[in-house]
Amino acid sequence: MKLYCLSGHPTLPCNVLKFKSTTIMLDCGLDMTSVLNFIPLPLVHSSRLSTLPSWIMKDGNTILEKGFKDCAGRVFIDSLPEFCLPEKELLDLSTVDVILISNYHCMMALPYITEHTGFTGTVYTTEPTLQIARLLMEELVHFIERVPKDQSAVYWKSKEMWRLLPSSLKDAVDVTTWKPCYNIQDVNAALSKVQLVGYSQKIELFGAVQITPLSSGYSLGSCNWIIQSHYEKVSCVSGSSLLTTHPQPMEQSSLKNSDVLILTGLTQIPTANPDGMLGEFCSNLAMTIRSGGNVLVPCYPSGVVYDLLECLYQFIDSASLNSTPFYFISPVANSSLEFSQIFAEWLCQSKQSKVYLPEPPFPHAELIQTNKLKHYSSVYGDFSNDFKQPCVVFTGHPSLRFGDVVHFMELWGKSSLNTIIFTEPDFSYVDALAPFQPLAMKCVYCPIDTRLNFIQVNKLLKELQPLHLVCPEQYTQPPPSQVHRSDLMLDVQMPLMAYKRCSVLTLPFRRSFERIEILPQLADSLMPIEMKPGVSVATISATLHSKDNKHVLQPPLKTMVPPLSKKRKRVIEESTELKAPKPLLSGTIPVELFLATLHKNGITEVKMEDTSEGHILHLQEEDTLIQLEDDSTHIICDNNESLRSTLRDLVLRFLQKL
Amino acid sequence: KNEIKGAGQDVGRSCILVSIGGKNVMLDCGMHMGFNDDRRFPDFSYITQNGRLTEFLDCVIVSHFHLDHCGALPYMSEMVGYDGPIYMTHPTKAICPILLEDFRKITVDKKGETNFFTSQMIKDCMKKVTAVNLHQTVQVDDELEIKAYYAGHVLGAAMFQIKVGAESVVYTGDYNMTPDRHLGAAWIDKCRPDIVISESTYATTIRDSKRCRERDFLKKVHETVERGGKVLIPVFALGRAQELCILLETFWERMNLKAPIYFSTGLTEKANHYYKLFITWTNQKIRKTFVQRNMFEFKHIKPFDRSYTDNPGPMVVFATPGMLHAGQSLQIFKKWAGNDKNMVILPGYCVQGTVGYKILNGQRKLEMEGRNTLEVKMQVEYMSFSAHADAKGIMQLIRMAEPRNVLLVHGEAKKMEFLKQKIEQEFSVNCYMPANGETTTITTNPNIPVDISLSLLKRESVPGALPDPKKPRIMHGTLIMKDNSLRLVSSEQALKELGLVEHHLRFTCRVHIQDPHSEQDTLNKIYSHLKTVLKDSSIQHLPDGTLMVESILIKVSTASEDPSTKILLVSWTYQVQDLRRILLKCIIQSHLAEIS
Repeated sequence: MKLYCLSGHPTLPCNVLKFKSTTIMLDCGLDMTSVLNFIPLPLVHSSRLSTLPSWIMKDGNTILEKGFKDCAGRVFIDSLPEFCLPEKELLDLSTVDVILISNYHCMMALPYITEHTGFTGTVYTTEPTLQIARLLMEELVHFIERVPKDQSAVYWKSKEMWRLLPSSLKDAVDVTTWKPCYNIQDVNAALSKVQLVGYSQKIELFGAVQITPLSSGYSLGSCNWIIQSHYEKVSCVSGSSLLTTHPQPMEQSSLKNSDVLILTGLTQIPTANPDGMLGEFCSNLAMTIRSGGNVLVPCYPSGVVYDLLECLYQFIDSASLNSTPFYFISPVANSSLEFSQIFAEWLCQSKQSKVYLPEPPFPHAELIQTNKLKHYSSVYGDFSNDFKQPCVVFTGHPSLRFGDVVHFMELWGKSSLNTIIFTEPDFSYVDALAPFQPLAMKCVYCPIDTRLNFIQVNKLLKELQPLHLVCPEQYTQPPPSQVHRSDLMLDVQMPLMAYKRCSVLTLPFRRSFERIEILPQLADSLMPIEMKPGVSVATISATLHSKDNKHVLQPPLKTMVPPLSKKRKRVIEESTELKAPKPLLSGTIPVELFLATLHKNGITEVKMEDTSEGHILHLQEEDTLIQLEDDSTHIICDNNESLRSTLRDLVLRFLQKL
Repeated sequence: KNEIKGAGQDVGRSCILVSIGGKNVMLDCGMHMGFNDDRRFPDFSYITQNGRLTEFLDCVIVSHFHLDHCGALPYMSEMVGYDGPIYMTHPTKAICPILLEDFRKITVDKKGETNFFTSQMIKDCMKKVTAVNLHQTVQVDDELEIKAYYAGHVLGAAMFQIKVGAESVVYTGDYNMTPDRHLGAAWIDKCRPDIVISESTYATTIRDSKRCRERDFLKKVHETVERGGKVLIPVFALGRAQELCILLETFWERMNLKAPIYFSTGLTEKANHYYKLFITWTNQKIRKTFVQRNMFEFKHIKPFDRSYTDNPGPMVVFATPGMLHAGQSLQIFKKWAGNDKNMVILPGYCVQGTVGYKILNGQRKLEMEGRNTLEVKMQVEYMSFSAHADAKGIMQLIRMAEPRNVLLVHGEAKKMEFLKQKIEQEFSVNCYMPANGETTTITTNPNIPVDISLSLLKRESVPGALPDPKKPRIMHGTLIMKDNSLRLVSSEQALKELGLVEHHLRFTCRVHIQDPHSEQDTLNKIYSHLKTVLKDSSIQHLPDGTLMVESILIKVSTASEDPSTKILLVSWTYQVQDLRRILLKCIIQSHLAEIS
């Protein structure tokens, strides 16, 4: 059993497991941090961005001049943003049978994997994951396609240029594998390969393994996967949360007794407490509004934004923000808000019980009804008419490289009254802000990452007790920025295998048993012998029927007497195949009893000789020797077939046959 | 062995008890709407005479929210007494208590009946309910697991697979195999259960195309409204009502009609809200478009007030309940029945004993409370919009699931008999149709699961040859039975595991043959001959001058008295004595042939 690790990003994994003749891809996360190296895509022409000085290389080379811009000492590629894909060369993607998705963030590379690679398999995930992933992908494609970019850097990826690149790009994972965004056709084609599953559903793959998604508590429809056969169990824990937010709580007990547990997707901000961050978010927001400033919240269109809105719903009255407009701007804002209300089965208990009343599970329905929250597909159109300041705007993309957020950065960045509050943990806020420097607006960093932290995961692993643990190498040492914090790493007893991008791990597995079925007719015909108290054995000779990786033993076909054929060879072949082999023997022959039996059968003249290991019987009349030892008998007898069979049968009487 | 108890050849009160692999599961707990006395609830004394329900039942499963499937639930759990798990889908769990409360109000508050469950009992009962998702495998205990499939019949309707070990039963509840205006079609995978327990409400009907029926319905409503008549459509608040509302709403929009459409009782708006929140349970089309336009927000359909009954002019009214046995629909019916311009359309099945049943069977003079009789002049139409599977649909489901036995319930005896024959003919499986209170015992013969050692499974019976997956292979091994575990291993491994030492039984004999050549040549000759004859055996020429055929050793020596006589010393183990026999025959025959 092998594990191919195609991504080095610990929260956006892409692993391929080869297990019992199946090839299973676990998640396909898209590392988007690469876009931070690109210049932002403004919605309207930005004179500031377009007049940024070109970056001059140290050796004065001018070929690249057009391709790179310099902003406050940092270099940006002046081109459409590109993403860092999972490794495609490590194994043939067309051999992947199934892809299991744990949550919508870990699905963003799907079109790259399933399209134009020869992939013919099936993608399994839950309905909320599919629907929200579709929204995220549609938003991404929309953000990038609606801003046509005429000039674009082309030469920077060539080999000769590499040594000249700024250090930020030199250190990045293999820039030659970076790819521009997929289009909507690829998204639709990729998502059409999805088969929906429910929590705790048992799905058979080719009769060989069973897969089961379990609630992971991180986001709507997020799940951990169990891959098991009758004897082996691999658990994939990817992006799980023990906090009580909107999704159904994490199911833990089913993860017990795993042979291997693959752990990915821990919190990216292990030092921040999500509840504390939520409080800070609210107080900073209120403070800015009170002093007449605007608040910008870069966010994804689904996920934590639901919790933020719910938190604000409770906070608005007490902070007297009743007249402050809240805007949610995204091409999929409406869909996201609508979809969140129809997935009652995937929500936590308290939200579920609201649906029984029947009331919408999320309070943002009420915010919309009372006109406190308004949603728009973009800053164009209705929004420009309704727009009132000071206000709070939720909009994407959290990288600040594309989407409506770029517009607000240009609009509000110059005033120190305004505040930008970062809540999404995927991008470094310093890097995100870099192309907008110098910036007057206040910046607050309250990352909310509800995924497991190290204290939680160490405790969880102690309870789950997997035999082996596999995790990204980042989890085996403290974060590079806080090397002294030895509490910010895994601390576990079981053997641990760490991986990085392009690792191929051989998982420690020894399969020794397989499940097979015996037809009742065959079972009836067995004759068990009790060997020891409580232990019986029976020899079986049967035909094995294998179909779809399922094996059934049936009573052997009635042996047909092979017709006398001229070809002896053929007769031999068939007779050897159809006849049951002789059983193995076991036991010891008691000499005295054996002698008595020989006597009874008319063999009287026996001379016995003791040897170091046993006895030699000499049947004088028949000129035959029998060597008897504790665990062997040797009959030496020439050309007397009938005597030999008599002796054989007598010996067999004393032995057990298996 | 499976035992099926209760339920029977009657539509109106579903309650089935299944004993499977030592587990007892109650499927649905319905009430009969046609009775007003004790007969409306299932007879639990059958079980309770031997103890409490909780001890006897491992779980209760409710397929959907219709009262003939869940109406007796509070009675069973709170009045008879049951504290074990009850399973139903989320929409059923949401809607079921509302219908129960509604029914309780009509029965107790309006009719003043006693010995009925209270509001509190409904609440307490629902606390015992565990909601399940579609396709989720729920482990009731270590052995018993259940799984829900989409059934289409009403919002949240489900079929359930009940599985204990290798035995399984599928209970369909009510289902519908053709998608309609708001629900999808029932679906199940090829789970090959031992039994499918299927409803058979429309056992013989092969319904005409849905589109025709819809057109028919719209035409009748339209005609009546055009001539100034009033149309009464008795429905249950949830289910068919929403489908017909969608139908009329789109028709009104298209035809630009002005006649008002009303929906009685305050439940409507709430009911539509359930449909909005459980949109994932509706059909593909509604789910796809719900963000742009929610099909359950009606523009033309307005809430009904009792005073509207006497308004002049045409109108269409949806009123509850659906079988005209009580409540608002009956009140409106009484007022409108005398006018032949009006029309009542019964879109669903009516249970025996209800007003709906009577007028559908042509009765035009009805005895009401007291001595009053009511003359029915209005037109009475029956339109089967009931989303049950027809005979074709039932056959289709059986084809999907591939059961070994079929058991028909929830239908009328005569029709079931017809379907039973059809099923037995087409699928050649046994089909049963038990009467109320009858027990059907079906013996299953499941395969026995065994753990086989991988080395034995992979060992090929013919060495060297590639295993042909299509050709059954012969397998030999030893089954070890120990502490309830069954393991199939090779004989060698079995010996080792049992701590036994193999006893080698070996034979040796000398064979004289005539051969003037040297010992070496003789051996070579035998070797090459055997090579051609015994192609499938491994034959080795060992450096010490011995031939080894599998485990048979052959040594050649020259007889001391006669150099042209060679002595073959042949030694073999008990396990290969058959091969030895063939081998010697070959050697001797070839030599004889050569000499002659």
